Amino acid sequence: MIQITNPGPLTTLQDMGRYGYQTQGFSPAGAMDTRALALGNLLVGNDPGEAALEMTMGGISCTFYQENIIAFTGADVEPKINGEPIPRYQAVLVNRFDVLTCGFAKTGCRAYMCVSGGFDVPQIMGSRSTSLKFKLGGLEGRKLQAGDVLPFRRAMLSIPRMAKRMLTPETWEEIVTLRVILGPQDDRFTPKGIETFLSSVYTLTPESDRMGSRMDGPVIEHREGADIISDGIVFGSVQVPSGGKPIVLMADRQTTGGYTKIATVISVDLPLLAQRKPGQAVRFAAVTSREAEKLYNAQQRFYQRLADRKGWKL
Amino acid sequence: MNDVSFKPCGDGALTVAFPSRIDPTINARVCTLARLIPERRVRGVIETIPTFSSLTVLFDPAITTYARLVRELERLLPECNQTSGAQKRIFEIPVCYGEDFGEDLPDVAAHAKISAEEVIRVHSSTDYLIYMLGFLPGFAYLGGLDERIATPRLQSPRTKIPAGSVGIGGDQTGIYPLDSPGGWRLIGRTPVKPYDPRRAEPILYRAGDYIRFIPITRAEYDRLLPACEDGSYVCSIKEG
Repeated sequence: MIQITNPGPLTTLQDMGRYGYQTQGFSPAGAMDTRALALGNLLVGNDPGEAALEMTMGGISCTFYQENIIAFTGADVEPKINGEPIPRYQAVLVNRFDVLTCGFAKTGCRAYMCVSGGFDVPQIMGSRSTSLKFKLGGLEGRKLQAGDVLPFRRAMLSIPRMAKRMLTPETWEEIVTLRVILGPQDDRFTPKGIETFLSSVYTLTPESDRMGSRMDGPVIEHREGADIISDGIVFGSVQVPSGGKPIVLMADRQTTGGYTKIATVISVDLPLLAQRKPGQAVRFAAVTSREAEKLYNAQQRFYQRLADRKGWKL
Repeated sequence: MNDVSFKPCGDGALTVAFPSRIDPTINARVCTLARLIPERRVRGVIETIPTFSSLTVLFDPAITTYARLVRELERLLPECNQTSGAQKRIFEIPVCYGEDFGEDLPDVAAHAKISAEEVIRVHSSTDYLIYMLGFLPGFAYLGGLDERIATPRLQSPRTKIPAGSVGIGGDQTGIYPLDSPGGWRLIGRTPVKPYDPRRAEPILYRAGDYIRFIPITRAEYDRLLPACEDGSYVCSIKEG
């Protein structure tokens, strides 16, 4: 188990999300950067979708009361054990009574700490993800605070192939390109509006959160109004209200909404957006469903290769 | 019937768009398709989000593709034309209109070119059909808003609307079950909780039920609030 001494600005337990209840209006929550979560879990021998700590803008400080193998992925929060920097994107043994400290996110926005075997918190409706809005899942449905204790499901002193459990840390361009599939309401925008969307640079505003990445930049022109009869929303839906500024809906999105959606960010590029801080820039580029499906499948094969061929799966 | 189109929602979902109208017949086709997909075990489907006139289908692109799923769903469409004659339940929801609870009531009245009192009378004289639950747990999308008081959504959504707020967005009306961002015009507030995780049935009503708004004074609101807060309030249900 670990005990939190400093929870950082916003730290929650997240897995791949609570799917299967959207008919009743329950949005799935889950990790913002699902790739960082998957890679961190694979590094410590877990299934890619095991729940881990998602730390926003800055990391936690905590004391380990049991040894275990951990991995840091996503944003660089400069993790240290007993004051000594530890590598990110690598499995690291932490001993009993070791003290972990982190700083603010130097690059990226969200760091993940995965522990081998996972954290021992109950599954609610099939998931350990924290839904802050519905106050359920994770640790009592809330963000972590100082004094919180998180038990491990098991503690490990070593796992096979320790020395080889490392990956190249992800880095981010100054302007990140997010590939999108146009639609479902791209026909509600003028050709000029689509052109603006696909050729402009947008920056994240400070109101961006786990629910949506709000953008500032050139106004996207509608044909006639931004209201539609409310329909389904998915992770990555790019909603454009009548003000013309796009909002990309993220992990804590609502299940349905009534603003036109010009496009959807493809699943392999959502992690890039999850790692943008307010003030940082993105642009959008259109791809076909077929291309996006190929990219998704290539990513799944990569995870599979780490788990099976490299023998990382315990 | 060739009035249905398919639209991609990224690489892991698609939306089946029926004619874009708030119409009980169209909604019944949506609900039938939502029921058929798990019954027929359509491959690769994770879950669906039924709405007024569309069904968003989430799928695993490692198992199926957009193109294949469209072909499989097209085959189910001819079966989506039955209707059912179910028992009508009407939930009576007390609402304190205006005051500091409905700060957009004057805007709605101005847009409709009628008085605020007339907006309240029109809003509370209809039984609204619950077409779908979505957006938030227990958020009911209601059909039947009188077009005289339809008002466009705010240009930019509010970042926080208190639970219980009653609003109008375009030609729709409804209750916010939780504190949430939102773009609807606020006209009042109910002390009743459509979603309460402490109840045996956390969601008060189901799609297919009806809601009737009952205007109450601020004093009545304050009197009802404690029972609603502690979970002892029982919502009045009329059979229709």
